Amino acid sequence: MTESDEPTTTASQDDTEQRTGDTQSSAERPDTGLEPFGSEPARAVVAGRERKGMFGVRGTGDTSGYGGLRLPAYTAPAAERPYGGWFDDFADEFLAALSDNDIDPSVIQQVTIDRGEITFYVQRKHLVEVCRTLRDDSGLRFELCSSVSGVDYGPDVPQRLHSVYHLLSMTYRRRIRLEVSLDVDDPHVPSVVDVYPTADWHERESYDMFGIVYDGHPALTRILMPDDWDGYPQRKDYPLGGIPVEYKGAEIPPPDQRRAYS
Amino acid sequence: MSETDTMGDNNGDRPSSEQPGARSEASTAGSTQTERLSDATTGTDTTENGADSQPRAASRMTTEGPVYTVTGGDWDDVMSEVGGDEKIVMNLGPQHPSTHGVLRLVLELEGETVTDLRSVIGYLHTGIEKNTEYRTWTQGVTFVTRMDYLAPLSNEAAFCMGVEKLLGIEVPERAQVVRVLLLEINRISSHMVALATGGMELGALTGMTAGFREREEALHLLEFLTGLRMNHAFIRPGGLAQDLPTDAPEKIDEFAKTMDKRLPDYDKLLTGQPIWQQRLKGIGYLPVDACLALGITGPVLRSAGLPWDLRKTDPYFGYEEYEFDVPVAHEADGYARYLLRVEEIHQSLRIIKQAVKKLEPGPVMVEDKKIAWPARLSISSDGMGNSLEHVRKIMGQSMESLIHHFKLVTEGFAVPSGQVYATVESPRGELGYHMVSDGGTRPMRVHVRDPSFVNLQSMPAMSEGGMVADVIAAVASLDPVMGGCDR
Repeated sequence: MTESDEPTTTASQDDTEQRTGDTQSSAERPDTGLEPFGSEPARAVVAGRERKGMFGVRGTGDTSGYGGLRLPAYTAPAAERPYGGWFDDFADEFLAALSDNDIDPSVIQQVTIDRGEITFYVQRKHLVEVCRTLRDDSGLRFELCSSVSGVDYGPDVPQRLHSVYHLLSMTYRRRIRLEVSLDVDDPHVPSVVDVYPTADWHERESYDMFGIVYDGHPALTRILMPDDWDGYPQRKDYPLGGIPVEYKGAEIPPPDQRRAYS
Repeated sequence: MSETDTMGDNNGDRPSSEQPGARSEASTAGSTQTERLSDATTGTDTTENGADSQPRAASRMTTEGPVYTVTGGDWDDVMSEVGGDEKIVMNLGPQHPSTHGVLRLVLELEGETVTDLRSVIGYLHTGIEKNTEYRTWTQGVTFVTRMDYLAPLSNEAAFCMGVEKLLGIEVPERAQVVRVLLLEINRISSHMVALATGGMELGALTGMTAGFREREEALHLLEFLTGLRMNHAFIRPGGLAQDLPTDAPEKIDEFAKTMDKRLPDYDKLLTGQPIWQQRLKGIGYLPVDACLALGITGPVLRSAGLPWDLRKTDPYFGYEEYEFDVPVAHEADGYARYLLRVEEIHQSLRIIKQAVKKLEPGPVMVEDKKIAWPARLSISSDGMGNSLEHVRKIMGQSMESLIHHFKLVTEGFAVPSGQVYATVESPRGELGYHMVSDGGTRPMRVHVRDPSFVNLQSMPAMSEGGMVADVIAAVASLDPVMGGCDR
């Protein structure tokens, strides 16, 4: 292969430039196309970061992490009908309930079924109405919001911040997950405290740790860290901290500076 | 120095209050000879009328108004000193024997009535969730077991359930039975602490000593079974760290017998006790709709009449094969929660007895050598470590075993990308682990939905409009564990 002046990139991806590495890197494999769910073509929801090689890897045999092997970021695959189990009935009911409440079904960006759990990626501006529908509709009845958690997929991932809601229907004994992905420069998401008062502290924690701003929250302040703390400790670009430990003359680096394999 | 010695002797002959000058001279002279122990004084007036010489509620002025530090005495005296008309903002904790750990409550009072209450948490935040992102999946167990330190095994079990779900592996039958066994013993020890500390906070000190005595029985048993009293790190992704000792069934039976004998004592000590009833009945009222809105689970939700127990509604580890009841009450108050906890201890004993019968010989770890911990641990004189046979094999016979051991321990196993939400019914309610893997050997994110964290949100709903003393009863009936709440 001849060496070209400019590295070849796949044109469709605007985030490709942020990735470092060689032109032939495995990270630049084209994405598998996603089926659009609704009127607008869905945008792939990146749910992982690209990784370097490690133990147990197949193919190249690079187990050191130093061979330059890079795997593309994990993208949760969109599920296709039939989903199986109660997922189909539920999805029908859910879409019907959305249209009953004049919510365009395209607010659901993507549906993913993985390890027996169903995830709905929701556009953030309609999150509260979607939650209210899920709570109030007699065929859905998600009475309990178990948990709200933030996830940060790391600096090189588009829409790296995710706000994840775990809802539980005690009536039908079902659990679903709603997920909203956010740009780190615009980490705003509407608060669901009006619908689920229990989300109050969860959202405060997620704000505290990830800097996700829940618009409409009654008192969005830090909850676990001190009020005057700088930064958002659980973001991936925030260091763990720690001091090296000396043991019998050898120095063991702090955990976040040790050699990592993934 | 003889001079200082004399000085000290002189000092001892007289009452110390008469000789303040002599004492300071002695200390400024740089003496190596210290004063006699009987002469030491903290400055407290210990004479007969000394007790009243210092006001119980010392005050100082701040920009927000006067601040009083109350250390004891009669609330009426404090109020007369403060002047009854003003609204009082009271800070309770975080270091206070009645707030169930490092919980801080800020109360607004009118007289003794609470008009406003806010819980302040975070004093025990240790960043465990962040730490797990820098350790392997196996090492994560060691961290999460330290969150809710009264229910360490629930944390381990939920964490491992999440990892196993991500890996898509099935845990061997025996490991599941042992997990159930350990979880229920742990539930007993946790509920015992709930009764004990709850009793202490309400003044029933005998309840405290009795509760901790029984909890000690459970901890002794857990130490015998797992090697550690608390923070066991015994449940591991894929199974257990090691098998139970051979005479475990006998020890467990013995424990069950002891508990069966001693549990009726609690009825004599607390259940029928008029003061206990008066302190708890109708206190900390939280009906079922408030529970659902605020996300409350566990005994508090069941005391409001909803029989929601994940062991029944979403069974894991084969809980569907055990016969037990989910006790429910409808009073939705602190007394109902107390009764439920006692009844849940009885039910846990039922499960334990069935689990012992179900123990069949077999592996306690998955067969997959890429996941199962390579070491064969044994309990030696200095605690738990690698068994001698294993060390002999990897050091002397098999280079491949050594490499495999080294790789699996230092790097850990890779977990395929994806996310799961795994839940168990901890003694305090739904304990949920949201775990995200990016395909590596370390978690991308571990978020813990700890029941203490969520349940504490109900404090204003349970306490506002009630008395100050009932705030303490309400906290005790929630039984929050701040280690889990703050993580």
